[in-house]
Amino acid sequence: MIDSSALYRKRKRTNQLALVMSMLAMGIGMGFLAWILIVLLYKGVGALSLSLFTQPTPAPGSEGGLSNAILGSAMMVGSATFIATPIGILAGVYLSEYGRKGWLAPATRFINDILLSAPSIVIGVFIYTVYVAQVQHFSGWAGSLALTLIAIPVVVRTTENMLNLVPASLREAAAALGAPRWKVVLHVVLRAAKAGVLTGILLALARVSGETAPLLFTALNNQFTSLDLNGPMANLPVVIFQFAMSPYENWNSLAWGGAVIITFGVLCLNIVVRTLFRKKI
Amino acid sequence: MQSSAVTKRDMSFSQLRGEQTSQVVGSEQTPKIRIRDLDFFYGSFQGLKHINLDINEGMVTAFIGPSGCGKSTLLRTLNRMYDLYPGQRATGEILLNGKNVLDQGQDVNALRAKVGMVFQKPTPFPMSIYENIAFGVRLYESLSRADMDNRVEWALRKAALWDEVKGKLNQSGLSLSGGQQQRLCIARGVAVKPEVLLLDEPTSALDPISTAKVEELVHELKSEYTIAIVTHNMQQAARVSDYTAYMYLGELVEFGLTDEIFIKPKRKETEDYITGRFG
Repeated sequence: MIDSSALYRKRKRTNQLALVMSMLAMGIGMGFLAWILIVLLYKGVGALSLSLFTQPTPAPGSEGGLSNAILGSAMMVGSATFIATPIGILAGVYLSEYGRKGWLAPATRFINDILLSAPSIVIGVFIYTVYVAQVQHFSGWAGSLALTLIAIPVVVRTTENMLNLVPASLREAAAALGAPRWKVVLHVVLRAAKAGVLTGILLALARVSGETAPLLFTALNNQFTSLDLNGPMANLPVVIFQFAMSPYENWNSLAWGGAVIITFGVLCLNIVVRTLFRKKI
Repeated sequence: MQSSAVTKRDMSFSQLRGEQTSQVVGSEQTPKIRIRDLDFFYGSFQGLKHINLDINEGMVTAFIGPSGCGKSTLLRTLNRMYDLYPGQRATGEILLNGKNVLDQGQDVNALRAKVGMVFQKPTPFPMSIYENIAFGVRLYESLSRADMDNRVEWALRKAALWDEVKGKLNQSGLSLSGGQQQRLCIARGVAVKPEVLLLDEPTSALDPISTAKVEELVHELKSEYTIAIVTHNMQQAARVSDYTAYMYLGELVEFGLTDEIFIKPKRKETEDYITGRFG
């Protein structure tokens, strides 16, 4: 009886329609992602070789690799993440745990959201004006600073969201034992939200490792291997930008190789960090 | 679980019977907590109205009443749990060992170390079973490794959980079943050796067997702790408590010995609620 009722059939049709539409949306998203990865691998795998990691960027037409750019990127992205992580987590903790009353937290949240969606080129120009133009030279530190400013709002946002997901009952339970606020946050709330906070840091890291515009104005580029963060520094995004736009075939090939390195570097880091943290309680 | 019903003391029932509910009863015992003219506000809404009540030392006091009657709110004033939330405030007096805990100068963390609380839903911390218990102890005591081991075992034994977890103290507290998690939370509350233990519907999320275990536990713990328990289950109140308070719409309707309340309530409202005609 129920099977044949008009209402039941209509509900079944609506369900099928919704299912098809969501599958379609998923297909579009995944399809493009797969397409990007396939093209990237197809074009980039040929460029992968040991010399890519051992030799610095070459002159047009000669042999070389991307070692200076990989090193520069690692140093700048690494230091940016290192600086942004504590600041971002502390700000996120403030917004979620302490900023319940007053105007400061809503204002901070609003400004953070603006920063989060600010075009990265604006950040680049800003650092150029307040730092690069003052010291009169491009530098790794300037690049690192620009990346830090991009990473902080990502960490702040995800930390706050993840801490908000921790049930109030857990905070109450810890407070009920006589634990002061900071111990409740540090030992219980942050621990409960650990995986989520970590995701925020990885998201920020992934975001900044591909940023080109802010580095163009700050770290610029360097043909040679340099460990000096006070001087101009080679980095993968700017090298890719420059090499991909060039007419030289060996540069184009290196640009594809660089793209593969960034993509799979971030992917591997993600997997490694997640498996490391999953084992613990 | 009738066999584990609380052995009642020989009390002078006649004394209690004559008293009005608004007055304080049970004062021939040593009161651990005296509540005087307690009002509680959620913003502008008054959640508790002029509560006067004594919670006696070494006894179990049960709070019953329909949802929203203020019984959990009352419990949460006793350890000032409401302090976590802006806009909630209490006026009046709650005297713990003669000292008003509602005073501005009261250190709430020190208070909560003395007045422990177990909640409706199990809330194990995201750490090992051992650390779940050690966390609270470390807040106010610095014990050697061996002493801490002993304390953890002692608390787990108190909560009738030791035999089930002794081989896996390093596993996550979240890996336990719901009933075990709740007993872990009780062990955690007992481990810091509070003077008073507040139980806010501790068995409402548990199966009958776990509930029976927790009730037996309450019965055992009352020799050392003063216990206040909120429950929706009237049989439970009858089984575990010495005193029962019936609350309705933020007011204390009737308070007295559990036997009195359940066998011969003085107020019609109480009788209607207990017999299931209301609520």
